Amino acid sequence: MKLSNDLISGKIWRLGDNVDTDQIIPAKYLVTSDPDKLAMHFMENTHPELAKSIGKGDIIVAGRNFGCGSSREHAVKTIQGCGIRLVIAESFARIFFRNSINLGLPVIEAKIEAPEGTVLNVDMEKGRIHWDSGESEFQKYPPFLKKIVDSGSIINYAKEGLIRQK
Amino acid sequence: MKNNGKTAVEKVFSEKSGEDVYAGSIVEAELDYVMVNDITGPSAIDAFYQLDVEPKKEKIVLIPDHFVPSKDIASATQSKKLRDFAWKHEMPNYFEVGRGGVCHQVMMEKGFATPGALIAGADSHTCTYGALGAISVGIGGTEAGVIFGTGRMWFKVPETMMFRINGELDSSVEGKDVILNLISRIGVEGGRYKCLEFRGEGVEGLGVSDRMTMANMASEAGAKCAFMAPDKKTEDYLNSRSRKTWSFIDSDSDANYDRIFDIDASELEPVVSMPGSPADVKPVSEVNDEIDQAYIGSCTNGRIEDIRRAAQVLKGKKVHPRTRLIVVPSSQQVFEDAVSEGLVKLIAEAGGYVSGPTCGACLGGYMGVLGPGERCISSTNRNFLGRMGDKDSKVYLANPSVVAASSILGRIASPREVYEIVK
Ligand code: SF4
Repeated sequence: MKLSNDLISGKIWRLGDNVDTDQIIPAKYLVTSDPDKLAMHFMENTHPELAKSIGKGDIIVAGRNFGCGSSREHAVKTIQGCGIRLVIAESFARIFFRNSINLGLPVIEAKIEAPEGTVLNVDMEKGRIHWDSGESEFQKYPPFLKKIVDSGSIINYAKEGLIRQK
Repeated sequence: MKNNGKTAVEKVFSEKSGEDVYAGSIVEAELDYVMVNDITGPSAIDAFYQLDVEPKKEKIVLIPDHFVPSKDIASATQSKKLRDFAWKHEMPNYFEVGRGGVCHQVMMEKGFATPGALIAGADSHTCTYGALGAISVGIGGTEAGVIFGTGRMWFKVPETMMFRINGELDSSVEGKDVILNLISRIGVEGGRYKCLEFRGEGVEGLGVSDRMTMANMASEAGAKCAFMAPDKKTEDYLNSRSRKTWSFIDSDSDANYDRIFDIDASELEPVVSMPGSPADVKPVSEVNDEIDQAYIGSCTNGRIEDIRRAAQVLKGKKVHPRTRLIVVPSSQQVFEDAVSEGLVKLIAEAGGYVSGPTCGACLGGYMGVLGPGERCISSTNRNFLGRMGDKDSKVYLANPSVVAASSILGRIASPREVYEIVK
């Protein structure tokens, strides 16, 4: 099944505004790119218990400008290493957004007013999110990004010859 | 109503994609160069090998800088991967320790960045080359690896925000102060996804180095890139450096801007960004917090012009007994210039520590990492929680003259205070 048509359900963990990449994964751990090793230090400075508590398939719900700061892809790999299925934020910093699309981590911009622990049901195809006491909508990916997301990563996308050679 | 004119960034993306595009379009564009460092390079290399094609060697620039000379075995393993890749493919543009420096400084100094060029760099401060009229964009390591093999990548053409600095700046106001002032006005996401274009007498009056400081920190406002129209000063800088022929480029007078800010240069003064956010700015005159460390370096303010300014303040003075001053030139060239101009000696005599180039402490890597509760005034670009060390350490951002002055008084201070107090 193509990711952009997926139905995703998961429990949410809430983070605030302007969560930067130094918080997501402090620079001292950038000596590896292994998602499993990185995952142990997810948000360790500000949310020391989070990495241990998060479960496979969970969803992050954050505020504005999520992933600001450095270009480190390690931020996306850390989140993937934690088993997080989807990141929803009111807005994303641009390199984090690119890295997520290019590495196959689905990210969507939406405002969710539900407490931590709520289970969200996200319909990627229809652009709708609902939970026990509310719902929200989001902009679906434009066709170009949808192609990258569906191919799983920018590498696959390039291999499929979609980045034209001159 | 939409005008037909184009901003500089729309022109560059039109040319590099071969399509007539405006802000909002998604394009596949041909890059002039793609740069990676020792942190982002390894994932670029992994991605590249999955493509099974020959590398576009002439477009690839490899610059180890973050953790070199290597700080430990893990970082040595990472930079070795870059070096092995460079040697295996006989890469023409690999900059070994002793011949390189902080990646962005090297990209400009060695003539990769030229007006109208489209450059992608796997580092968020790639936007710096906008100071020379290049459109340069920070990307991730994996996509950089795809560019290694294809020379092309997708981009969304950004809207442009114009900042017009009207009138001349006071001589105490440096490029760093201008950009910190602007970030405080628009906030850390005020320029998200945009190209920030800086114009006006205030910008024209600044040297290329100060302009680089401004373009560098476009990243701290969330911007995609920066642009400053090249002029005679740009031409002089590029004269002996540029690797490709280039021509002047500017936005059309009837281009469409997202927003235009008119700023009166006389309103700008030297400032300090308080710990936690680059946008939390106060006039230097209102801050006098004690500091443990003063740091001058990085792609933001580690150029020879910055070290000259610091030396000017330090001349004949001593660093405060309780404070350490660390000066890290941003490239080997800057280091050599600082030696030949006698600045290294001057700083050492004042009690400061000078090292060769590295990113090192700027990102809390090594060579000046902060301990619990320590406070550092720094000429770098980020002061997020824990950026330069322990999670309970604090970073204040300022221009290099203010950093030098603070190192002498052991608390945040302006050069003027130093001249008044320490006669
Ligand atoms: S000097 Fe600092 S901001 Fe600049 S590239 Fe190095 S780590 Fe990044």
